[in-house]
Amino acid sequence: MPIVEVEGLSFTYKGSRKKALDNVDLSIEEGEFVILTGPSGCGKTTFCRCLNGLIPHFYPGDFEGQVVVAGLDTREHEIWELSQHVGLVFQNPENQLFCLTVEADVAFGPENLGLPRHEIRKRVNWALKATGMWELRHRAPHELSGGQQQRAAIAAVLAMRPKVLVLDEPTSFLDPAGAAEVLSIVARLNKQHGITVILTEHRLDMAAALADRVIVMDRGRVVLNGPPGEVLTSEEARKVGIGIPKVVRLYELLAGRGLRLPRVPLTPREMALLVAEVAGIADSA
Amino acid sequence: MPIVLEDVWYSYPNGVEALRGVSLTIGDRDFVVIMGPNGAGKTTLVKTFNGLVKPTRGHVLVDGVDTRRATVAELARRVGLVFQNPDHQLFCETVEEEIAFALRNFGFTEEEVRKRVDWALRAFGLEEYRDTSPLALSGGEKKRVAIASVLVWEPKYLVLDEPTLGQDYAQKEKLRKLINELLERASVVMVSHDIEFIVDFRPRPRVVLLAGGRVLAEGRAEELLTDLELLKKASLVRPQVPEILDCLCDLGLKVRTDVLDLLEARDIILSAVGAGR
Repeated sequence: MPIVEVEGLSFTYKGSRKKALDNVDLSIEEGEFVILTGPSGCGKTTFCRCLNGLIPHFYPGDFEGQVVVAGLDTREHEIWELSQHVGLVFQNPENQLFCLTVEADVAFGPENLGLPRHEIRKRVNWALKATGMWELRHRAPHELSGGQQQRAAIAAVLAMRPKVLVLDEPTSFLDPAGAAEVLSIVARLNKQHGITVILTEHRLDMAAALADRVIVMDRGRVVLNGPPGEVLTSEEARKVGIGIPKVVRLYELLAGRGLRLPRVPLTPREMALLVAEVAGIADSA
Repeated sequence: MPIVLEDVWYSYPNGVEALRGVSLTIGDRDFVVIMGPNGAGKTTLVKTFNGLVKPTRGHVLVDGVDTRRATVAELARRVGLVFQNPDHQLFCETVEEEIAFALRNFGFTEEEVRKRVDWALRAFGLEEYRDTSPLALSGGEKKRVAIASVLVWEPKYLVLDEPTLGQDYAQKEKLRKLINELLERASVVMVSHDIEFIVDFRPRPRVVLLAGGRVLAEGRAEELLTDLELLKKASLVRPQVPEILDCLCDLGLKVRTDVLDLLEARDIILSAVGAGR
């Protein structure tokens, strides 16, 4: 059974005439790593808000269709309950961190659930270690780099022990080193801890290789949905205007001159290996 | 006449030495990108261009005028600085007022103000937000308002601190077009981490790598942005094209690696594979 099931989802914010989401159908399996991309205003953020119940419980508007996460219909369960199944990390970690230390921020969620002390401790320690924030747990969030702040925000969400982690452009205000740091933590949470990841992201050159699937949205609709290599080489992706990574563009340029690689590479190393394979160079890797 | 920095040092009142002997010239219709790790002094450096930061040692000359002998208001007409964080810049009640603010201050006629504001709203895809409060916009939209509100008075030197932050692909390509147009009559200095965005400019900007308040290297993008050791020192990730070529070298294919252009990389790979077959 899929962990996220969305059927016929449409949403219009109160006071707006435009549908932010227009008849979205999606299903995501447990343990999948899915990238959600598309131009600004395509509905990515609105979709993320639907997954943890912020829509319809917090943002008023016209809601149609159904969102079921971990077996819970989001209309029938409140945000605090859903937050134990779906964690949402925002673009700007400053909006999410507000305590005097990282540790206090991470403990905030479980404390509010009224969990026993030893359980809170256990969860906080686990979340700090899983995000590589253990050493920095006594620091104030504002003393940290952007990448560290975003990792602290992820830890705070993880302490709720969600099965699904939704990240809404978590790297867009980070420098490349910070972005790589956050993406590698997210990949580790997915691979080692089996957490389902839904990541909205513009930096496909860094993120595409991590994903099982790329979903492209445009004007509130899902327009592409498939393996990264397939989606990134499709005509539609170009029309919508998402940033196609240079490795993929080079793959296409080579194909245009008759050099067909056996599959679409997503990292420079993968491309080099495929070229070496085609050129008949013995595997020296 | 250019902007000239002569051995510029700057210490913040708390004692942090942000700039340690920077010498640099920004010429007429020059195109320069400043890159480097967080805390390298990039933002402090560009703030010396319009006198917001006055050097504790050394000189900054803007068109021959020492910034210590001019007010920020005088310098701003020539040097337009767009901050990294739009929240530090936006304060008017509507997007339209925000974009018109500096124009009125500089004494443009009302007719000219209207013309320029309309142009800017169109150029940045902000027409629907004309009467909206800048504070109600998304991060990416605020950023565009901040850039528009400076670009609109056509400063001779436009300085953009991380202009692509939070922008999607389409907006970045629009920004590229605007910068290219602007370069026909002005100088553009960009602080940026967005290496793949930078390498797609034609012609490419001159690159200044800054680290620890000093110029680590200055030169052609093809040279600096393909040099792995140098990029590591500047906390930058090497662009994908030279990275691919370098991986191919590791696998025993003899190819050049100081390449940023996709078509050039394609031809290099085709001939290397042809030779190997």
